[in-house]
Amino acid sequence: MSRAPLTASASPPLAPPAGAILAGRRRDRVGSWPLLDRLAFGLCWAVGVGLCVVTLAMVGFMLVKGVSYLSLSLLVTHPNAAPDQARSGGILDPIEGTLLLTAIGIAIAAPLGVAVAVWLSEHKRPAWLARAVESSIEMIAGAPSVLLAFFGLILFARPALAFLSQTSAGGSVFGKSFLTAGAIMSLIALPLVVASTREALTQIPSHAREASYALGKTKVTTIRRVLLPSVRSNIASGMTLGMGRIIGDTAIVVILLGATLRLEGAGATPLLSTLRGTGVTLTSYVLSNSPAGEGNAHEKAYAAAFVLLVLVLVLNVLALRFGSAGTNGGGRWWRRLAWTR
Amino acid sequence: MPPPVRRIAPTGRPTVVMPPSNGNRHDSPTVIDPDSADALTTPIPALLSPSTETDGHRRLGRPPSTETLERMRIESVWLAYGERWVVRDVSLPVRRGEVLALIGASGSGKTTLLRSLNRLTEVTAGAARAGRITLDGREIGEIEVNSLRRRVSMVFQQPNPFPMSVRENVAYALREEHAPRRARKRRSRADLEPAVIDALRRAGLYEEVAGDLDHPALRLSGGQQQRLCIARALAVEPEVLLLDEPCSALDPISTATIEQLIVGLRESVAIVIVTHNLQQAMRVADHVAFMHLGELVEYGPSTQLFDRPREQRTRDYVSGAFG
Repeated sequence: MSRAPLTASASPPLAPPAGAILAGRRRDRVGSWPLLDRLAFGLCWAVGVGLCVVTLAMVGFMLVKGVSYLSLSLLVTHPNAAPDQARSGGILDPIEGTLLLTAIGIAIAAPLGVAVAVWLSEHKRPAWLARAVESSIEMIAGAPSVLLAFFGLILFARPALAFLSQTSAGGSVFGKSFLTAGAIMSLIALPLVVASTREALTQIPSHAREASYALGKTKVTTIRRVLLPSVRSNIASGMTLGMGRIIGDTAIVVILLGATLRLEGAGATPLLSTLRGTGVTLTSYVLSNSPAGEGNAHEKAYAAAFVLLVLVLVLNVLALRFGSAGTNGGGRWWRRLAWTR
Repeated sequence: MPPPVRRIAPTGRPTVVMPPSNGNRHDSPTVIDPDSADALTTPIPALLSPSTETDGHRRLGRPPSTETLERMRIESVWLAYGERWVVRDVSLPVRRGEVLALIGASGSGKTTLLRSLNRLTEVTAGAARAGRITLDGREIGEIEVNSLRRRVSMVFQQPNPFPMSVRENVAYALREEHAPRRARKRRSRADLEPAVIDALRRAGLYEEVAGDLDHPALRLSGGQQQRLCIARALAVEPEVLLLDEPCSALDPISTATIEQLIVGLRESVAIVIVTHNLQQAMRVADHVAFMHLGELVEYGPSTQLFDRPREQRTRDYVSGAFG
């Protein structure tokens, strides 16, 4: 092979000479692997495909059943207590109940969660308290919601907290209402808000904070004007995940909301009566109308389950979007800092 | 009672320093072999404006005016993180009208010293200081920290604009959060506009972003981001500007732009720059302080320190024997 003269003007050929190519673009074929590797690979593959099949089957089943029983009138009709499915009405109250309960829960969880996350990430003093708070949040996140609900029922049945729910003629506090259920619901959403906010805050490099301090800004200003705006999408993502948890929870609804058939107000004041009254959500409606429950309207249960599934899926998609996109670089704006490119 | 503002006579040489420089410091640039490694770090002159001296080893701009004015004074300062004293007994003057460069190997304490000048060391837990640092004769520990940091502003090693628009990045610096709500409200976007543009112009960025001040700052190039950070730091009208290796994350062309900017700002702001790059110190600095393992080894006019270092350690460092 002759060497080409090294001149700046001569452009190199488009491909190296054929003899110089060492190895072709040969793919690593599974067939050439040892037997054990092939078996393990096959197992991984099968598990992955199996998961897809299960998911598709569930969604498909709910879709077919749900759509076949769902109608617009069902969504806007109050449910009725009837032994016969044809006269048991619609699912308006469960939908309203789900929306209301989710709104209450996240309205409490979001500010508290962000505040805790900021404290854990930016202050964290005294250290023992920060550790205790961290463990508490982890414990709440890990606790079965039925335990939280049980505790909530005992707590909110105390006379001092009677204003949150109804009091029976005998003077005993009921403890079940949208307010009490929402308060406990906020506990199951809180860890998700805290986790995603805190994760984003701790990933912001310290010199970004110092840049703000170096302009004569206080810590509070830095948090409010620089840090929180830049983790906005992570907060939204955490809130969305939290709302998904609230929508999907059943135990708290059964124990603390009463799981009645309709929203039962307490008192005469329009909104307050609903908030202090008991109610129903899609989950408790599905529970009681499924073949396992006593409502015995499984067609309605399918329809309600379908609505529930759609709500949760939509929220999950939203959470993913919040986590990855956004005008200011989404949740990871610091990756756009020039020196990290 | 804070002490009265003390100004040092412009012509007075500082007391802590070496003998005065000889007159011909700018006529004797260090000769660097064009084939040596140093030539590689030199910015490409053809890409820059031809009128400026950007030979890599020749200083930029005119010699500094004799009108220097001492603004800050570091007197026998010791700085520690926890039990470890990382700066030991350093005394230096910081004067307006000239650029002071802190050079030295990693771990020599130069960044810590720089950060102590606007009390940014205090955000690190366990930081401690002994000795006096004064701004116009007043101990900086007695100045309210946020107002001190507006007077002694800082630019960091990594360009770190906030995730906002170009305009908002500068406007953020201008807004005074502690001002009464009524006074704050008056400073609307339109009111801030001239100050924003002025700061961008001083940082040499305005021409490049004039068309779209709402452009996200994080979509600018690295050099533009760093100049935006300088604009942000200048927006608060600082009296002293601290630069912590401002060019180490940048390419040679952006570096040259920022170096010219630094030299241009020298007349209005006292500038302290920390740099690893000896050529950069030669190009921009009027006085150089060489630190090693927390000690100030030598301080003097840049030409003297680079050409005729008095200490053996300085000689070794500037000749590349270690570092």
